This record gives sequence, C-alpha cells and structure tokens, in this order.
Amino acid sequence: MAAETSSSSNPSLFYRLFFDKELRSVTIQVITMALILAFFFFIVNNAVTNLETIGKGYSFNFLWDASNYDINQTLIEYDSRSPHWRAAIVGIINTLLVAVAGIILSTIVGFLLGVLRLSSNWLINRVVYVYIEYVRNVPVLLHILLVHGIVVNTLPIPKNALMALDGSLFLTNRGFYLPKPLFEPAMWAVLIAFIIGIAFTIWFKGYARKIQDETGKIYPVLLISLGAIILFPVVVFFLAGVPVNLEYPELKGFNFKGGLVLRPEFVALWIALSLYTAAFIAEIVRAGIQAISHGQTEAAFALGIKPSRTMQLVIIPQALRVIIPPLSSQYLNITKNSSLAIAIGYMDIVATIGGISLNQTGREMECMTIVLAIYLAFSLMISAFMNWYNKRKKLVER
Amino acid sequence: MSTEQSYAPGEHPDMAPPSTEVGIIGWVRHNLFSSTTNIVITVLTMYFLYIIIPPMLNWLFLDAVFVADSRDDCRAIARAAGEELGACWAFIGKRFEIFVYGFYPVEERWRVNISFIMMLAALVPVLFDNVPYRKHALWFSLIAPFVIGWLLIGGMGLTPVSTDKFGGFMLTLTIGVTGIVGSLPIGIALALGRQSHMPALRMVCVAFIEFIRGVPLITLLFVASTMLNYFLPPGTTFDLLLRVLIMVTLFSSAYIAEVIRGGLQAIPKGQIEAADSMGLKYWQSMRLIILPQALKISIPGIVNTFIGLYKDTTLVIIIGLFDPLGMGRASLADTKWQGLSTEIYVFVAIFFFVSCFSMARYSLYLEKKLHTGH
Repeated sequence: MAAETSSSSNPSLFYRLFFDKELRSVTIQVITMALILAFFFFIVNNAVTNLETIGKGYSFNFLWDASNYDINQTLIEYDSRSPHWRAAIVGIINTLLVAVAGIILSTIVGFLLGVLRLSSNWLINRVVYVYIEYVRNVPVLLHILLVHGIVVNTLPIPKNALMALDGSLFLTNRGFYLPKPLFEPAMWAVLIAFIIGIAFTIWFKGYARKIQDETGKIYPVLLISLGAIILFPVVVFFLAGVPVNLEYPELKGFNFKGGLVLRPEFVALWIALSLYTAAFIAEIVRAGIQAISHGQTEAAFALGIKPSRTMQLVIIPQALRVIIPPLSSQYLNITKNSSLAIAIGYMDIVATIGGISLNQTGREMECMTIVLAIYLAFSLMISAFMNWYNKRKKLVER
Repeated sequence: MSTEQSYAPGEHPDMAPPSTEVGIIGWVRHNLFSSTTNIVITVLTMYFLYIIIPPMLNWLFLDAVFVADSRDDCRAIARAAGEELGACWAFIGKRFEIFVYGFYPVEERWRVNISFIMMLAALVPVLFDNVPYRKHALWFSLIAPFVIGWLLIGGMGLTPVSTDKFGGFMLTLTIGVTGIVGSLPIGIALALGRQSHMPALRMVCVAFIEFIRGVPLITLLFVASTMLNYFLPPGTTFDLLLRVLIMVTLFSSAYIAEVIRGGLQAIPKGQIEAADSMGLKYWQSMRLIILPQALKISIPGIVNTFIGLYKDTTLVIIIGLFDPLGMGRASLADTKWQGLSTEIYVFVAIFFFVSCFSMARYSLYLEKKLHTGH
C-alpha cells in the first residue's frame, strides 16, 4: 500500500502521460490532433506544389467567364454566353426540382404501399411484398437506366405521340408535353384568397381548441380548414372569371411547340428515384404502424373515442414518432441519389459545374469544392429541419 | 315424429366444420373476399396482374430467342416462329464470359475461378458457426483475402495483370467484398470514437462521419478519379481501382459507424458501470461486454448498409470502370447487337437481386439465431 502511494505521488511526468488515466486521454488527443494537422498540412502542401508545377492557381475567377455550353433544361434564363456561376445555379435548381418532385411522389407512393403491405387481403399483400423486394434489391442506377430506356426506346416519336386526356397530354420519346397555364393579373386575387385561407385556419385551430378546453364542444376543424384553404380560393377563382388560359402543345414539324415539357431525362430520373425510395418508405411506414401496440387502439375504444379520432389522436401521432427519423434519411438519400442524373444526361449540379464546366476549364479543385459544399449544405439543411420537427414530435419523458 | 335428434349433455358427436370455412374455399373467403373493400382490392389486383404478367412472361421466356448469332438473327428466328420479338438472350449467352471476367486475359481466367471458390470457402466458417473445425477454418478465412489479392493481381511467380483489366461481376465482387471487409472495423472504430469522452477525438470522428454522409458517393468517386493525384507527393500515381476501393470503404464505414452508434446508445448505462465496477479496462469492457451486445442489435442495419454498398458498386461505370453494366453497355457498341440494352439491364438486375436478397435473408437468419431474449 505504501509502495503504491509513493509510486503514484512520485512518478515521472513521462510515465504519467501514458499510464495515468486522466493525463493519458490528453496525450491521446494531442497526438490525434497533431497527426490530423500533419495530414492536412501534407495534402495541402502537395496540392500547392502540384498546382504550381502545372501552372494552375486556386481561384474562383473562372466562374465569371462565359460557359460556352448549352443546358437542355433551364428554369431560369440561361444560354451559352452566360457565366459558369449561372450554369451552377441552373444545376442547383434542376437538382432541387427533381429532389422535391421525387420526395413528394415517393412519400405518396410509399405510404400507399406501406398501408397495402399491412392489408389483410393476401393477394395485394403478396404483390406489394414482391414489388418492394424487387425494387430494394436492385441498384438505383439500374432502375434509372431501365426507366430511361423505356421512355426513350418504347415511347413513339412526336409524330405518333400517345395522346391522353383529350389532346392535352402527349407522351413521346422527346418528353411529356402538357398544357401550360398562362395566368392573367386577376390570379393575384386567388393567391391572396389562398393566403387568407391559411391565416384563417391557423386562427381557427387555436379558437377551436380554446372552445374545446372551455366547453368540451368539438368543431370539425379539418373540414372547415380544408374549406378555407381549398374551397375559398376555388370560389374566388371562378368569381374572377377563370383568370387562366391553357397553352396547348402543338405538333410543328418534327416536334411539339408550346405547352409545358417534361424532358425524358427528368421523367426517367423522377420516376425511377421515386419508385426506388417509395419501396424503402413503405417498409418504414409498415414498421411504424406495426410498432404501435394493439392495446392503444383498444384503450382508445374503451374510453369511447370514435375510430376516426382514435386514428387521428392516438395512432398517427405515435406512428409518426417512429416513422420520421428514418423517413428524413430517405429524403436525404433521394437528394443525394439525384446526382446519378449524370448517367442519363439530366443536367443537375454534378453534370453542369462538376461535369462540363470542370472539363472545359480544367479547374477540378474549385469545381469539386463547389459541388461538395452544395451537397453538404443541402444535407445539413434537411437534417436540421428534420431534427427540429423530430424534437417537436418527440415523447416528453422524465 | 320430428327429425331433430336430441343428445344428452356431452354426447354430441364432433361434426366437420362447414365446408365454406376450411380448405381452399375457407382460405379464399377469409383472405381475399372477406369484405366489400377486400373484394374490390382483389378484383383490381387480379386485373392489374392480368395486364402485367402475360406480356412479361412472353418477353422473358415464350417469345425470347436463346440461340442466335446477331440481333437480326434473333428477329428472323422470332419471325419464322410467328412470334412477336421477345428478349434476345442469345446476346447474353454469347457475351457471358465478358460479363463474368471483364477484360481479364483468357489464359489467366483460372485464377479468377480459384479466387471465387476460395472466397466462398472462406465465407462459410464466417457465416455459419456450426461447421466442423470452425476454429481452423477461420484462420483460412483470415489468410484467404491476401491469397486472393495475390492471385488476381499477380506478381511473385504469376503473370501480373493490371487492374484496368478487371471487369464484369468479378469487379463487382472485388469492390463489394473489399468494401464490406474493410468498412466494418473502420466503422466500429469511428462509432467508438464518436462515443468517446475525449472531445478532440470525438470532434474528428463527427466531422468525418457527417462529411461523408452529407455528400453523394458519386462526387467522392469523382474526387478520387480527378483530384486525388493533386494531394499526393509530386510524381506518385495511384491505381484507379485502389482509389475506388479506398473511397467505397471510407464511404460505407461512415454509415456503418452511425448504425453501430445506434446499437451502442441502446445499451443501458448500467452495463458499462457494471463492467467498470468489475475492474475491467476500457478495451476489455468494450470487447467483452458492450460490443457483443451492440453489434447484435445492429445486425439488420449493418447488413442493410452492406447491401447498399454492394448496389453502389454500379456507380463505378460513371468514372470509367467496367462492372457488368459497363461491360454490357460497351458490348452494345458491336453493330451486331445494337439496341439490346433492356436485356442487359434485366440480366444485371437478376444478378443483383439474387445476391442482395440472399444477404437480406441471411441477416434474418442471424437475427433469429442471436435472439436470446424471451
């Protein structure tokens, strides 16, 4: 005992740095940081030397040079004389477009499949199971190429376009053509009506809750909110004399002119990503609903709560708590998987600034830095939002 | 006289259940036509299957041509038989070796075959714990990867084969298996680092994991193929396949780390405290108490990540490596076989489905086996 005390009170500092529990953790951290700093110094130093050797600097000035290439899908004004930074913006918008469209479609299809997977009907249950297993076990790139192949190879040329909905929708191998809505100034009234509807709903929800707390009277909040948000703007829309004209696509020469066009690359990427992600979402939804024990429903019924209110107040809030964290990572996945666009020539951020701009200017470092930074920003934003939402829905425990 | 019989209590003979409640009829009534909604769903699904299944079967088998010399040949055979044009599987048959071996030299292909058999043999003792002599077999599994690497690359007595000759399913397996084997230990280390009490270590792990998880794999592969040379000392070059292997391994290790972190967080704190009070050191308590439990609950997530990694190997075609998809698309350049992309996609899809589905099934088996609760 005495020997031990003396050895711990009189050890050399060097000995304690490695064998004292507290000091050892400091040693390990200092060594880690030193190694990491050395590593970064090493690669930055190499990069500087290598760039100097071939006479390239590290500067983002090229972003203001003319890009000299065209992009086939642009939602903002862009042509080959526009600078590279504008090409990057076009790419970002295209990435966001396919990601948001994909998130919406995959959520709808995924929830539908998830509920059908739980159906007591054996046939639909099996069919959905087979579909989900097929989709989940085949690479997403293959799905994208397959759907793109179907759109491009099996749909007819514009001259023999498949017509649907009385000549307002044309399916061709050059894309899907829809009527384009042209808005008249009176459309503002409809927009204002919509905003008023939302404001009214927010106020009404609070008011209904107050009345329920005070008197126990329950208003049909959902029905009234839907009326305010949807019916009211629709009524205003018709009162204003239908302030919208549809521009129909017309076949001129070899292709359609006018109307709204969904390019085949966009359609293929959108459908493939949505169907792929929907299979994962279906499994998440199924697990979420199954996680709620049957006792919850029985308890709600025993308290005399109606089945619809039970679903709304007991089952869905609890299931959402289980569903949301994995769902958010699927939303992140769909955004990141949209980068596979490059395989079929959809001009997203990787194909514009990280593809053509990179090849034309030879500025690999700068272009890849931009692409990586943009994806990181997307991811951090989505996960920040999802964390906030998750925190709101979380069970408050002791 | 009434026809009704009466029985003394307890004397009633056992009757067969009504025929509408048992057997096929009962099953159909209960599972397909139990309510109005169910009837509607069943009818709609059957109609949907009726629309989808026959054309698919026709294309895949009935109208398909299995032996032919070119696409026109396929067409001619189909026309002679009076059928619509189905799949032209003859193409896959003729190119099968290219799909499997890529550009690997014909006279050296036995090395790939032996590697494949060794891989399977090495997997058996790892996957199943009831094989005889498992302890000795595991040593073989430990050595096998190095032997396989030597066999595939060559040198030391074998003709060297450059890695740009790798292709087809062999490339998929090389990348997939290396990624799986490499990412598990790195992932465990990262997960432990993220849970560590040392702030500097934790910060480094968090930054690495969040960076990797925040960007798509394809951008990292672009970095590997276009930029990596800038970060190396001047004059060094680095094999493209090796760069891809490193990137894929690092990429999936970040995801593995997050899965294992979930497992670590699910272990009650009392377990660590108990280990501490028994006087176990950090590594002892991790190795003997914490990790076995944490890994067990993370198995489904880990296998899912592996399946994801395996599927992601297809992305290498974008940076110019030739996996089966790439080999297939390259073969399409041959004018004899132009326009058969669907056949290739379906063939490759079947390959991936079989491998990924068996991985998923194995994970279910493992989960059941390790389920020691009630």
